[in-house]
Amino acid sequence: MTTTAKLHLNRESLLLLLQQMVRVRRFEEKCDELYQSEKIRGFLHLAIGEEAVCAGVMAALAREDAVVATYREHGHALLRGVPATEIMAEMYGKFEGCSHGRGGSMHLFSAVHRFYGGYAIVGGGLPVAAGIALADKMRGENKVTCCFFGDGAVAEGEFHETMNLAELWKLPLLFVCENNLYAMGTRLDLSESEPDIHLKAQSYRIPSEVVDGMDVVAVNAAAMRAVQRIRDGSGPQFLECRTYRFRAHSMFDPQFYRSKAEIEEWKKRDPILRLTDWMTAAGLLHADDLPRIEQVAQEEVRTAVDFAEAAAWEPVERLTVDVHARPKA
Amino acid sequence: MSAPIQMTYREACRAGIADALRRDPRVFLMGEDVGRYGGCYGVSKGLLEEFGPKRIRDAPLSESGFTGMGIGAAMNGMKPIVEIMTVNFSMLAFDQIVNNAATIRHMSGGQFGVPLVIRMATGAGRQLAAQHSHSLENLYAHVPGLKVLTPATLDDARGMLWTALEDPDPVLIFEHVMLYNVSGELAGDAGAVGIDKAAIRRPGKDISLITYGGSLSKTMAAAEQLAEQGTSAEVVDLRTLRPLDDATIFESVRKTRRAVIVDEGWRSGSISAEISARLMENVLWSLDAPVGRVCSAEVPIPYARHLEEAALPQPQSIVAAAKRILG
Repeated sequence: MTTTAKLHLNRESLLLLLQQMVRVRRFEEKCDELYQSEKIRGFLHLAIGEEAVCAGVMAALAREDAVVATYREHGHALLRGVPATEIMAEMYGKFEGCSHGRGGSMHLFSAVHRFYGGYAIVGGGLPVAAGIALADKMRGENKVTCCFFGDGAVAEGEFHETMNLAELWKLPLLFVCENNLYAMGTRLDLSESEPDIHLKAQSYRIPSEVVDGMDVVAVNAAAMRAVQRIRDGSGPQFLECRTYRFRAHSMFDPQFYRSKAEIEEWKKRDPILRLTDWMTAAGLLHADDLPRIEQVAQEEVRTAVDFAEAAAWEPVERLTVDVHARPKA
Repeated sequence: MSAPIQMTYREACRAGIADALRRDPRVFLMGEDVGRYGGCYGVSKGLLEEFGPKRIRDAPLSESGFTGMGIGAAMNGMKPIVEIMTVNFSMLAFDQIVNNAATIRHMSGGQFGVPLVIRMATGAGRQLAAQHSHSLENLYAHVPGLKVLTPATLDDARGMLWTALEDPDPVLIFEHVMLYNVSGELAGDAGAVGIDKAAIRRPGKDISLITYGGSLSKTMAAAEQLAEQGTSAEVVDLRTLRPLDDATIFESVRKTRRAVIVDEGWRSGSISAEISARLMENVLWSLDAPVGRVCSAEVPIPYARHLEEAALPQPQSIVAAAKRILG
């Protein structure tokens, strides 16, 4: 492990990573519950089990950096700083939602957080992220654009086009592949002739690394290294984070394609359990830490639900507002 | 007004791009062969030498990739001009244009805009067969969130680009391949032009011939032939396919009481079908005859010259359609 990584292995930073994962987990568990009670509709893609990836990467980014995510992006928005209230209101389809209820679960946006959105055409966010990075580079701004995508995106042409362009033009772009082993229901080795994804990035000469995506410390350390290299002017970097979603692809997925035993096996590597076990063994987790973190997370979720419940619907008269820019006053 | 300058449509397009690059440091041009090659139709010749590789960016053959990058750069404060060689190739970027560029402002609740301009060649007439000759601009004119421009004159080729770049939303500009070599006079101080109004290119009183882009000159020729036969045809150049300037179209048809729409797209599901429907909805009681249409034959555009010509609207088919309507 490098010096940079070691520096961050103190109690404070570890507690923060733990807290972030717990926040995402509790938020998404509530979303699941709200879906069952039909408060949330449409598609809902939960990332339960994958929290270490977004928690580890987000902690390595600065406020001025930009983020592009997928349709499985509740945690990314939350950890980027978008208030849980606004995300939950968006899930409800309310006007106070972070996209005014137009986007829903799959299309969270927040300009003030440079959260450039959740994209629901697999691979479609990659060229956009490259363009955001290109603009920063052309202006000489030392900012990083972080682009999240799943293993499914790797089969899309846009993945390969963007890899090539990013390295060719040395864009300040951090690619984070959230490899949860299944593109919806198709296992990686059934859809890729070369299932070792990080090799594909290497073939475009992009420095790439495989990371244990169930280990938030490993993800954070790798992301810190990659971000530093980008800021130093080395061009794009690639992280393949091997992770696993404990829940179905979406709420309509009976999961015929994988066994319960496989899911149970992966649950033993739950990133939250793993970090708490490790911190406990190292004497870094005090008795009241987890209850406090849980309490704060539960409170955040409660407040978010109350906010979403009380929020207003967008007036139907506004249906066509923002199809185009509003005329200048 | 400074003295008019003789130039081609191609040169007018180039002048518009160069002007935008000089006026706004956020503007850059990106596409296949726009730099060293000078553009597949020669539009950007010389711009690399003047503006350098940072602003005249040769992109790999990755239509979806560099169009998506134009979207991202536009969302992040730049004003990119993306050039796609032909509308047929833009199908490879259709996802980015339709699913991203057109949706992001509305889907983000108005937080992000995409002030992107995409230019591309369209249309037939150069014997380039079925993968380089189609007129697919109508597909984009179907999509809310996009604006679709079809400059048919030197003034519009020169002046629409700046107005499009000033627009906070994505604008697509379709340059018909048969126009690039057309030569004419352009005012020395020609500049930006409006993009929200159709233009009456030839006033008349007996019938409205409604067209756009590469079909304008054929329609003007048809109007001339009709005039020789005693019929006064008014020629409406749509200029913009989305949003359509209903007011100008309706006003013309209310006056002439007859209309033929000339459209190089295929008839089925075409912009001519849309205009015909709007005429039905709005000016039916002013019509003295059913609306007529002259469109491309419903075939992939063939290579052989005689077949290609037979597939496209021509002055004589426009004259014939007008005569049918006139009775």
